[in-house]
Amino acid sequence: MQFSIYRYNPETDKEPYMQEYQLDTEANNCYMVLDALLAIKNVMDDTLTLRRSCREGVCGSDGMNINGKNGLACTTHLSTLKEPIVIRPLPGLPVIRDLVVDMTQFYKQYESVKPYLQNSDPAPAKERLQSPEERTKLDGLYECILCACCTSSCPSYWWNPEKFVGPAGLLQAYRFVADSRDTQTNERLANLTDPFSLFRCRGIMNCVDVCPKGLNPTKAINQLKELMLEEAV
Amino acid sequence: MNLATQQFDAVIVGGGGAGLRASLELAQSGLNVAVISKVFPTRSHTVSAQGGINAALGNTDGSDDWRWHMYDTVMGSDFLGDQDAIEYMCKNAPQTIYELEHMGLPFSRLDDGKIYQRAFGGQTRDYGKELVHRTCCAADRTGHAMLHTLYQRNIAAKAKFFNEWFAVDLVKAERGIAGIIALNIETGEVVFLQARATILATGGAGRIFQSTTNAHINTGDGFGMVLRAGLPLQDMEFWQFHPTGIAGAGVLITEGSRGEGGYLINKNGERYMERYAPHLKDLSCRDVVARSSMIEIREGRGCGPKGDYVLLKLDHLGADVINKRLPGIRELSITFAGVDPLKNPIPVVPTCHYLMGGIPTNIHAQVLTVKEGQDHVVEGLYAAGECACVSVHGANRLGANSLLDIVVFGRAAGLHVQQSVREGLGYRIAAPSDIEAALAGLARWERNQNGESVDTIRTELQKIMQNDFGVFRTAEHMMEGFKKLEKLQDRLKTASIKDKSQCFNTSRIEALELDNLMATALATAYLANERTESRGAHARYDFPERDDANWLKHSMYFIEGNKIDFRPVNMKPHEVKPIELRERE
Repeated sequence: MQFSIYRYNPETDKEPYMQEYQLDTEANNCYMVLDALLAIKNVMDDTLTLRRSCREGVCGSDGMNINGKNGLACTTHLSTLKEPIVIRPLPGLPVIRDLVVDMTQFYKQYESVKPYLQNSDPAPAKERLQSPEERTKLDGLYECILCACCTSSCPSYWWNPEKFVGPAGLLQAYRFVADSRDTQTNERLANLTDPFSLFRCRGIMNCVDVCPKGLNPTKAINQLKELMLEEAV
Repeated sequence: MNLATQQFDAVIVGGGGAGLRASLELAQSGLNVAVISKVFPTRSHTVSAQGGINAALGNTDGSDDWRWHMYDTVMGSDFLGDQDAIEYMCKNAPQTIYELEHMGLPFSRLDDGKIYQRAFGGQTRDYGKELVHRTCCAADRTGHAMLHTLYQRNIAAKAKFFNEWFAVDLVKAERGIAGIIALNIETGEVVFLQARATILATGGAGRIFQSTTNAHINTGDGFGMVLRAGLPLQDMEFWQFHPTGIAGAGVLITEGSRGEGGYLINKNGERYMERYAPHLKDLSCRDVVARSSMIEIREGRGCGPKGDYVLLKLDHLGADVINKRLPGIRELSITFAGVDPLKNPIPVVPTCHYLMGGIPTNIHAQVLTVKEGQDHVVEGLYAAGECACVSVHGANRLGANSLLDIVVFGRAAGLHVQQSVREGLGYRIAAPSDIEAALAGLARWERNQNGESVDTIRTELQKIMQNDFGVFRTAEHMMEGFKKLEKLQDRLKTASIKDKSQCFNTSRIEALELDNLMATALATAYLANERTESRGAHARYDFPERDDANWLKHSMYFIEGNKIDFRPVNMKPHEVKPIELRERE
């Protein structure tokens, strides 16, 4: 199969370029995009640089742009892709080298929503009770793997990465608002009322389109907005 | 050599469950703690744990007892587990779960609002009677939920992280360990991190095998570091093969799928575990189920065109149970096996999953070495989680005891370091020669040119371990594997990388990891060959029986002179009567 891969090493390259590779994917037992990238690195060119860990779509290391769409290399089947397969780093984030992007700002936005349970009541001796119905509200939220496929596909984030929290961070903001065990809903909502943090979302829904876990950040964002309205009324 | 030095009360190597639990304990106590992780913490392999975490809460069944959990764990360990450590873990399990729940872990729930608990392998009530529901879970994504929760708590506690830094080696001091040499992957910068306490939480090393459920990053870095520092590894012959890795891909399908009522079938559609283990059937210990599957395959009852796998049947559970309790494995099965378990059984095969052995420690997670038959604490060095051998798993780990192990002993490490620092644990001085020694591996890879590639050596290493040190072992195969490993070890000395860049050089990291894989493989090979009995996951055709008279002991491997030594198994729990030797099913 034919691959065209974004290359850039700041030590040696003045600017990024696309490098072509021809790989016998069958002989190298490649089923997924990650298999092919690792085969290229292992057999043809050990300078090709990418992140990877679990290779099963739960660690979120290998988010990248594959034929124009963000996704995980390890869960994207080669058989579903047109050739040449064009691989680029996640858009909108600074490139460190090749397919490795600087996620500092992405993580900062995640931290800005205080992504941890807060409960002002003293903890009981055993577990806090939560009904199955209450717990179901966390489904579709807690499964986020922080791969940044959504946030780096969002034009609002490209324009305002320092001010707009982005879909991944907002999904987590809602995950804690939705948790019956968290008592800080008002503070969490107040934290997002400025014109940028939440309201720069224009409902483009690129995030929903690319999420490799099938999550829906736009829905979470809308639910945050609705709660703010209720508060205001 | 002029090396930048930074000082911390504690340096933790590894950002998985054990490392994050230890760092949380320390950061909350106000100590100056740094976590060194070669990946962003939520990319650590804890994230892949699925089925759950054991604790005798009795939520589903109405009653349970940590002593029954302890009994099951000792039986599961085939009596190689240390009973003082198992007692500590099982007794502390309920409190540990409640703590995680208070931290925000999104456990699945029962109708009464309590944490949902499912059945898992080897978990019984009343000392070996009927199956019990002891495994707390967040659907089948418990590891993910736990790792993210722990990382989130660390954000709240303002722990300091060195993310995408690689720990190259321990720095020895005259007595004990002074700290580590760490490499910033993004910039190539090398620093000496000096610490009153260094905690290794480096996880497993499943990547020594060709077929493994483990992440690419599970390369036994802590094992290589400890061996090169002249310290021993313990029980390295005990590798768990999980009965249900997806055939071909190696991706894990949780034991929880059998806990929810799934079962294994051979090509005749026979539920063969009823034949091998009439009492616990598909929920027998993993070593028993894995061996049974291998026998089915070997005797021609495997499935598929090559007869090289068996099938895990789940469709009878119905869409409700699968979508509610096992959504993650449905997703994995569709992606990696092309099979929707709602309709068809999943092709699975025993796959390398977990190392019971590791860095010997006491129940405070202090690392031990052995001199003249006596245990000695290594000053300033701790280990917790899969890299440690405390030993709560002995010769075979029970499912859902590993998530428990990492939080219980990560916490224990944090508590003991706090106490030690309070009592005056100071810094130890490293001589220039000690620092040079810790930089030697890095220097070799910088120097070597035009050698064989990392991938060539790694692929051969994995093939040797797969073929000669797998589920069933014989002296004949292991000797062959040995010879090949020794030759490969020589070739590794001259292997080289082409990429010499300082900027995010992952080839250099893979090279350093390969040194650690080789050290781990050698330790495994030496100890597997030495142990002339079958116990737990170490199964030999040429010595098919457990031999308590000669082998009820931990084995130890030192790299220098490939020395082998032994330690007694602890059979003296503090609060309950020892569990006496007996046969397993």
